[in-house]
Amino acid sequence: MTEHRRRRRPARFDDLGLRRALGDRMLPLLVAAMAFLAALALAGSAGAAALARHWQEGAAAALTVQVPADGTAGAAAVVAALLATPGIAAAQALTDADLAALLRPWLGDAGSAAGLHLPAVIAVRLAGDGPDLAALQTRLAALAPGTLVESHGVWVQRLAMLARSLEACAWLALGVVAAVAASVVAVATRAGLAARREAIEIVHGLGATDGYIARRFAGRATWLAGAGGLLGALAALPVLAALANLAAPFVATQGAAPLPPLKALPLLLVGGLPALPLGAAAIGFVTAQATVRAWLRRLS
Amino acid sequence: MVRLEGVALHYLSAGRPGPEALRDLSFSIPEGGFRWLLGASGAGKSSLLRLLHLAVRPTRGRLAVFDTDVGRARRAELPALRRRIGMVFQDFRLLPHLSAFDNVALPLRIAGRTEPQVRADAQEMLRWVGLARRMAALPSQLSGGEQQRVAIARAVVGRPSLLLADEPTGNLDDGQAERLMLLLQEMNRLGATVVVATHNAALVARHPGPALRLAEGRLLGDD
Ligand SMILES: Nc1ncnc2c1ncn2[C@@H]1O[C@H](COP(=O)(O)OP(=O)(O)OP(=O)(O)O)[C@@H](O)[C@H]1O
Ligand SMILES: [Mg+2]
Repeated sequence: MTEHRRRRRPARFDDLGLRRALGDRMLPLLVAAMAFLAALALAGSAGAAALARHWQEGAAAALTVQVPADGTAGAAAVVAALLATPGIAAAQALTDADLAALLRPWLGDAGSAAGLHLPAVIAVRLAGDGPDLAALQTRLAALAPGTLVESHGVWVQRLAMLARSLEACAWLALGVVAAVAASVVAVATRAGLAARREAIEIVHGLGATDGYIARRFAGRATWLAGAGGLLGALAALPVLAALANLAAPFVATQGAAPLPPLKALPLLLVGGLPALPLGAAAIGFVTAQATVRAWLRRLS
Repeated sequence: MVRLEGVALHYLSAGRPGPEALRDLSFSIPEGGFRWLLGASGAGKSSLLRLLHLAVRPTRGRLAVFDTDVGRARRAELPALRRRIGMVFQDFRLLPHLSAFDNVALPLRIAGRTEPQVRADAQEMLRWVGLARRMAALPSQLSGGEQQRVAIARAVVGRPSLLLADEPTGNLDDGQAERLMLLLQEMNRLGATVVVATHNAALVARHPGPALRLAEGRLLGDD
């Protein structure tokens, strides 16, 4: 096919003079900026999706039960009661060391040093849908007055919803960026059409089809937009790597060593970044084809 | 080959129909025919050629070229018809960024001919019009007459069945004009229908032939 084409038309034969009419500066640079923004949007979407998944997997099936400090004897009874309740997979009181570690970010070492009366905290993992929380609360409070049952589920759901909204916003931003890129290509193509009006009329008069003329423009626009997309994606790479580096501790499974930054890039990004130049090229091709064909209808 | 019935054409000026450039034209040219197209400046010769070249469609009446009703044809049908028409424009219309060779090669490349064939035909045509040594020159580097000869070469290189020439000798000396007439007559002899618009009375006198006479957009005579 390529060989055939080459035989028909010298590769460098630029009958419409598009090398100058569709310049190689402005269009690729603008598309590069769009691709850069698209990469950030992709990163935002990937990050939000990962966080939502992480929160949901890690915490959806969990409860915390607090037993007031003065009822320390009650804590053991509460644990026993919890373990006996259907729908609960595990219940374990956190040790003082665990608690101190949890609180250190807020209290420093002062928490344990001051010998604060901390409540006993029991981490509970649910099995399936878990028990009825209201009934559980009443039952545990009767066992050890002041006991509080706190479901992570509500918070996790809210956080996951937030993360999903962020993800949706990121996709929306991606769509807007694509639309702007298409407009940029359309404007550049129209400028090229205006600049080459006479040449187009001549070529049209020599019997060129709309397809022939549209191919010339689309070929050039595809190449320029693709190059811009590549440029933008490459420029985004270090930024994304840095972001991934920052996000890695949150996303990594507990206990595992943090991943090297490039490996921590979510799968969506690994697939999405190379797709940017391709997407930009596709936008260039489709937009130029449509713009040129619409414009040519004014010729008989 | 070409048939007009009550054809009129008016150009649009500022979106509204302007004055009629052509009115009530009815005539036909048989396949392989030759016609001079005569008339004062502004009579409508170029406008009529533009119609025959399918660059504009008639505002009124019926125009048939190659037995296709141009007024009713779909847009997509026209390019194939145009590829069978050769046109020498009054103002040449060469592509300024292409060499003489590439200008002449253009119709062949648009028609999808293979590159060796394009090269052979375009070079032969340029040799014929005496520009063998100016093939690489841009139009701006050529004299008016040389540009006109490139335009002529581009019009005939695809061996069109309908050859339209608008004042093709305007920039040529008598010798070159005679040579051009030889070329047109040869094309005509090989079967092409030829229409030549000109003010050059001496040329017409030397090569008498049937003529369409226009005045103010009307056909005065078809003899
Ligand atoms: N693009 C156009 N828009 C509006 N009016 C036009 C246009 N082209 C030609 N005309 C008008 O149409 C009429 C016929 O013009 P045309 O060019 O056909 O004349 P012509 O016979 O070729 O003249 P010449 O011998 O000077 O080339 C003229 O009155 C001209 O002003
Ligand atoms: Mg004229």
